[in-house]
Amino acid sequence: MKAAGKTNTVLITRKIEFSASHLYHNPAFSAEENRRVFGKCNNPHGHGHNYMLEVTIAGEPDPTTGMVLDLVELKGILEKEIMERMDHRFLNYEVTELKGMIPTCENIAIVIWKLLEGQIRKGKLHRVRLYESPDLFADCYGNGAAQ
Amino acid sequence: MTITLTRRYLFAASHRLHNAKLSDAENQQLYGKCNNPYGHGHNYVVEVTLGGPVDPATGMIANLADLDSYVQKHVLDDFDHRYLNEEIDAFKSTVPTTENLCIEIYNRLKNFPAAHLERVRIEETSKNSFEYSGESK
Repeated sequence: MKAAGKTNTVLITRKIEFSASHLYHNPAFSAEENRRVFGKCNNPHGHGHNYMLEVTIAGEPDPTTGMVLDLVELKGILEKEIMERMDHRFLNYEVTELKGMIPTCENIAIVIWKLLEGQIRKGKLHRVRLYESPDLFADCYGNGAAQ
Repeated sequence: MTITLTRRYLFAASHRLHNAKLSDAENQQLYGKCNNPYGHGHNYVVEVTLGGPVDPATGMIANLADLDSYVQKHVLDDFDHRYLNEEIDAFKSTVPTTENLCIEIYNRLKNFPAAHLERVRIEETSKNSFEYSGESK
């Protein structure tokens, strides 16, 4: 039970995995500079990853349902906004939101944040964590909400 | 919006928790199995978190090749397959708990030139972890 006037914020997290290919190339750089800055990731044919996405929503459990946000609803949002857009795609060429950006883990996490932020009907988007591999991930938080 | 990038590294090392200012009985009581005089080892996982901004030309907070070589030179070369108590200067005067290990590794990485060091998190085993984000402002 919570005291009067206090809030009980709970974080809920849903994971999804998608597979996609990408390459790093900045047309403003020379070929040599692209190779030097991006290394193996500059291979013109691209390469792929199994991306693991963790989406965390913060909010108070609804007194009727006991839920911050129905995970089935969140699953549906992730399916429509992320899986349909990014799963089994070449990120540089097939994801409009990434056009003109280098599809690094940082930039993909930012794009995912922007795609999801307006879709969360209950609770608030708290964190987007995107793993490119088990050893590398980017975290995206809302303004001033680091941690 | 705040963006951070985290990279995980692994090293294997041994340590012994023992404070020379305490008696043998007190050390044994305080540290238990970790006070074994011959030491024992762990596979340490070190998570290094860097803060933004993202460079529009590269899409990166920092180039991972630069981070990898910096961590290799300042941490992994010194720590991997070592006995922390005897081979790391800092642990000649402090007990090599993973709390102190977090602080030591943070201090070794805080001057990484390409981005701001946000946090060092260490998993000593799969069941416990420790984090340090620098001195309080």
